[in-house]
Amino acid sequence: MSDVAIYTPDSAMGSPAKMVRGLLRDVSRSWHLAWRLAKRDISAQYRQSFLGYLWAFIMPIANTVVWIMLNRSGVVRIADTAIPYPVYVFTGTMVWQMLVEAVQSPLQQVAMSRSFLTKLNFPREALIVSGLLKQVFSLIVKFVILVPAVILLGVSPDWHLVLAPFALLVTVLAGSSVGLLISPIGMLYNDVGRVIPLLAQFFMYITPVVFAVPGSGFMAQVFRWNPATPLVLTSRAWLTGADTPAFVPFLVVATVAILLLFIGGLLYRLALPILIERLSS
Amino acid sequence: MSGEAPLIQVAGLSKKFCTDLRTSLKYGVQDLAAEMVGRERSHQLRPKEFWALNDVSFELHRGECLGLLGRNGAGKTTLLKMLNGLMKPDKGRIELRGRVGALIALGAGFNPVLTGRENIFVNAAVLGIPSSVVRQRLDEIIAFAELEDFIDMPVQNYSSGMNVRLGFSVAAVLLEPDILFLDEVLAVGDIGFAMKCLNRVREMMAHSAVIFVSHSMPMVSSFCTRALVMQRGRVMLDTEDMGLAMDLYMRDFPVEHRVTGSGGAEVLDLRLLAKGEPVAEADAVVDQGSEGAVELTVRIEQGERAMVSVFIDDIAMSQVLAVVVKDGRGEPIEFGGGTHRLHVPLGKLEMNMGSYSILVGVRSLNSQLSLCRAQGLSPFRVRSHNVTWSKIVREQVSTVLPA
Repeated sequence: MSDVAIYTPDSAMGSPAKMVRGLLRDVSRSWHLAWRLAKRDISAQYRQSFLGYLWAFIMPIANTVVWIMLNRSGVVRIADTAIPYPVYVFTGTMVWQMLVEAVQSPLQQVAMSRSFLTKLNFPREALIVSGLLKQVFSLIVKFVILVPAVILLGVSPDWHLVLAPFALLVTVLAGSSVGLLISPIGMLYNDVGRVIPLLAQFFMYITPVVFAVPGSGFMAQVFRWNPATPLVLTSRAWLTGADTPAFVPFLVVATVAILLLFIGGLLYRLALPILIERLSS
Repeated sequence: MSGEAPLIQVAGLSKKFCTDLRTSLKYGVQDLAAEMVGRERSHQLRPKEFWALNDVSFELHRGECLGLLGRNGAGKTTLLKMLNGLMKPDKGRIELRGRVGALIALGAGFNPVLTGRENIFVNAAVLGIPSSVVRQRLDEIIAFAELEDFIDMPVQNYSSGMNVRLGFSVAAVLLEPDILFLDEVLAVGDIGFAMKCLNRVREMMAHSAVIFVSHSMPMVSSFCTRALVMQRGRVMLDTEDMGLAMDLYMRDFPVEHRVTGSGGAEVLDLRLLAKGEPVAEADAVVDQGSEGAVELTVRIEQGERAMVSVFIDDIAMSQVLAVVVKDGRGEPIEFGGGTHRLHVPLGKLEMNMGSYSILVGVRSLNSQLSLCRAQGLSPFRVRSHNVTWSKIVREQVSTVLPA
């Protein structure tokens, strides 16, 4: 009988401390549900697919093949990379895919649960947490297969390899924070969901996914200031044992990502009741 | 139980809705921005908005069951959603004390590929119930759903009835709420299962404050101790007199007048009598148990031979009572062409509270075709202070026999 719920029109921004406490409480309350939902989606996906987790590799492999062919044929000229080009493209595409999936995850999670989101009251943070759990799971699977693949392609990772999962995790968190920030608007207007893949395409070419960072010029600046660059570079370096790029940009991006994730969480919490009435009325 | 504070307190609750999707989305963005800067919501209606809920106030104690009555769009579901914390009020305040449970959206979170057993855990998690509890009561849930043989089958192979049975069982076995919300779902599955549902819901109701949305008058009268009649977002009546509430609710439905048949006959006039007196045409009310009769005038085409029957229809236009028009010897009266005036006694009007109307059928004895079927004539409401869950209510003097 200790539970008391009070609903008023007042904005939760009126008492930010209370809102932060509420967020933390609901996130911790939502673990069980998040875990159940993640488990549900993972087992369902696995059960209904013949190739299962191989799908995580089909796209990067296809991409790698395309770029190797483009490179060989001389259609595009790509500056020499420190590690063999196939490894460069394969790891880059893999990390990039994780980042894009992370951006899409919050919106997807909400869309999937829309039918009961508008009817039942439950800690809605669970949807986001469950999205994160699913990505961590796929991260582990990918990592387990990536390492032998990279060695097979003739690269020998060094001790940095143990740090690689951490870089990948930061990538997932960074992507999710962006996805979470845009999710309130994305729930109202489906334009947002459509624009993500488009932007992802565009961003891929200004991130060292298939191209190396240009040595100088305007594009070099664009690459340098692109927040996705340190994520991809650091992940790749740690995975393959290549020279580690400057650590500071990566640290900055990681810090900002975690901060944004928190702000996104607050925004999401604030926005959902308003969105639910627009979605279900 | 006495002296306990009300479990639900609602004061001056209002909610705006928008009639147009695009405008609604735009307002959504505006509200979002306002919410972020912490500005208070405007109490004015913006263009294309209306009050979906307007100044609703009530309190509910443990053991009470409040029925929300009203036509579609009266604001019942909106009120329920706000109570459930799904939308923010635009004005007013809600206070809930205790655990809240809802028998709404049964089977939320089910994944069609997974087995029934796996989905029980998912659904329970959505309802906020830890797996340890589910594991303890798993057998009970499966037994309640009567799905012992199919529980390890993917739910996509379930019939819709089995699906909803499983969803209901999870909620019904696991929820032990202080405050319970019900939205028209308390009886699912086939008749046998539906009865089980109702019994279970009744058990849950005994120690909680319940809010119940339903269009089924028998359900409302059997479950609710109190009713809120809503019209266009406003509370028109808050009463413990269920008869009064249902009467007001029924008044909200116009009875459709419809004539079908070959046209070989027509009803020129019909008047309803109760206790021998004509009943007022507009807003007709009849006391339960009074003697009813109709006086009617029918015109039948020349050359036809026809039979007349009179029926009483309920609100759903299904026939409650049939009166075969016979003569003193017990033979059906045969009518030839021309205009006929008839007095047809209907007997005691023992229907339960609700809205009724008269149907007159004229059938040709030559062709067996319907010449005229006039529905929705002389609509009236039956008034009573007995609230029972039955179609017919009869008061009988009974004898106590020696033991």
